Amino acid sequence: MSSKIKEVFSKVHAQNRKALITYIVSGDPDHKTTIDIMHAMVGEGADIIELGIPFSDPMAEGVSIQKGHERALEKGASLNDTFELVKEFRLSDKKTPIVFMGYMNTFESLGAKLFMEKAIAVDLDGILIVDMPPEESSDFSREATKANIDIIRLIAPTTSSSRAKKICSQCSGYVYYISVKGITGAANLDADDVKDKVSELRLHTDLPIAIGFGIKDAASASSVKDVADGIVVGSVFVDLIGEADNIIDKVSLKTKELSEVLN
Amino acid sequence: MSEELMPDKNGRFGIYGGRYVAETLVPALEELSEQYELIKNEDKFLKEFKDDLAHYVGRPSPLYFAKRWTELLGGAQIYLKREDLNHTGAHKINNTVGQILLAKHMGKQRIIAETGAGQHGVATASVAARHGLECIVYMGEEDIKRQSLNVFRIKLLGAKVVGVSSGTSTLKDAMNEAMRDWVTNVDDTYYIIGSVAGPHPYPQIVRDFNAVVGEEVLEQSKSVIGKDPDMLVACVGGGSNAMGLFYPFIEKKNVRLIGVEAGGLGLSTGKHAAPLNDGKEGVLHGMRTYLMQDDAGQVIETHSVSAGLDYPGVGPEHAWLKDIGRAEYESADDQEALDAFKELTRVEGIMPALETAHGIAYVKKVAPTMDPNQSIVVNVSGRGDKDINTVASIEGIEL
Repeated sequence: MSSKIKEVFSKVHAQNRKALITYIVSGDPDHKTTIDIMHAMVGEGADIIELGIPFSDPMAEGVSIQKGHERALEKGASLNDTFELVKEFRLSDKKTPIVFMGYMNTFESLGAKLFMEKAIAVDLDGILIVDMPPEESSDFSREATKANIDIIRLIAPTTSSSRAKKICSQCSGYVYYISVKGITGAANLDADDVKDKVSELRLHTDLPIAIGFGIKDAASASSVKDVADGIVVGSVFVDLIGEADNIIDKVSLKTKELSEVLN
Repeated sequence: MSEELMPDKNGRFGIYGGRYVAETLVPALEELSEQYELIKNEDKFLKEFKDDLAHYVGRPSPLYFAKRWTELLGGAQIYLKREDLNHTGAHKINNTVGQILLAKHMGKQRIIAETGAGQHGVATASVAARHGLECIVYMGEEDIKRQSLNVFRIKLLGAKVVGVSSGTSTLKDAMNEAMRDWVTNVDDTYYIIGSVAGPHPYPQIVRDFNAVVGEEVLEQSKSVIGKDPDMLVACVGGGSNAMGLFYPFIEKKNVRLIGVEAGGLGLSTGKHAAPLNDGKEGVLHGMRTYLMQDDAGQVIETHSVSAGLDYPGVGPEHAWLKDIGRAEYESADDQEALDAFKELTRVEGIMPALETAHGIAYVKKVAPTMDPNQSIVVNVSGRGDKDINTVASIEGIEL
């Protein structure tokens, strides 16, 4: 397990709060601003940053994040460029865990071995490949384990208890619970259902559990935070970035607001 | 080779296929696999499917000897498998007739589908109407423009057409959007995929429901040709009409199987939709297959005069048949397809869909190189009425 991810969850437990995991698309709106946004987020209380790897066909994303992917691709963003970007970020931040979240085809464009070499070089902490369920993940699982990089896996409201147990056994870093049947930014969060499912999940794993997909604002974050170790927020940030003006200020303010809710 | 066992229990055809989807859909796909395996050999289901194929679709479709075209080309004897005569005008209806029965068996009340040329949209809307189920069809905005006739047909059938303007606004984006709908409404919704593509078990289900095409050809060849054909030809976008024709012949090694991809403006221009000819292995829409993509793994824009072939991937079973050398994959460009469209129309009085015309174009090339004792069966997968606007506009004619 990445020591930085482990430290984050130990720290938030000791401080009796929840980890704030923020998602943005790498290269949205451009390379340099992404780095500035990452530093600003950390400054206002983000504990872990998930960088979306831009893809032409982001099947699990809602409209907000789809647009982020399209903006980033227009600027020529890519997986290779994201490694460069993390390298630059690491010049002044060696502590904040970074997770790449994306789709199989872009990760495979490098191949598992080369990917892990580059990941080690920039001190990457984890990967979350949305369309790579455990059954389809042999190369990346094997190489990630060797490289000591976490494979974060998704559990959905549709996942059976026995399957959840199997997924947890092949997961490291944290378990990502998808809070809604739907795509990112969906509006149909059912807090009671999330609480039940996450409590059940605790029977299968000692890993920290992060909740995401349907968390749009402070109110929805607050409604499910009690059962979680961390909350993932993405669409709302990508929307703010899409507004294109005063991005850093807006993102900072939103990060602060969410971080306060989780304290 | 043990083709009969394909796909394996993990939904793979060799290294291709599989189930590359977000976790939310894995249980839904497992359920679909289980339910399909449960009913596919049940007498009641098979009887209903066969009855619908006979009385709703109008099967069997004829195996027609194209006498004048054979004489014109001066080589192999050419036979047309007339899927264009099916109800709704293409082979697509075979699959939707089967899948709607599966949907009803599973108690799903809401049907969704993606469509490119609109034929699968029409075929899905038709069976949904017949069974009284709500139906939503996702279609790229580009395709809505070039297939306006089918859009109107779908609406007349009582289905809702949802335009998709993300990405390249074509079939692949319609499929992304249908997947997003399915993941959101997974409890009450059945997604009828229209090609031998997508996550397991779709490539298998769509192949099995279209295999009636090849099964009929196998039987009809005995009396119509007097022996097995030497070659089968079909156009390949996602590859459902080709797979349906090829599947019952896979073990018959004496029969050559030729799939014809869309060469667009020419393979050398990069502006085409021929992943088996000029793509590389990748993962899209839940399957591992050949893809049109750049070095960074981004799926690239495809080009074809026919909306139904304008897709950057291909069914995983085709990828496998290519790699093991059992089937061969050629291409025909836009101009060759248009020429073939006109030739078949003039010589046989049969107007093929522009998709189908790619297969016809290959026959035009290959038949004269063959011996008159040899025979070719080409799948006329659909009729060309829907393409009249496209052809007219290419010719600069306003209708």
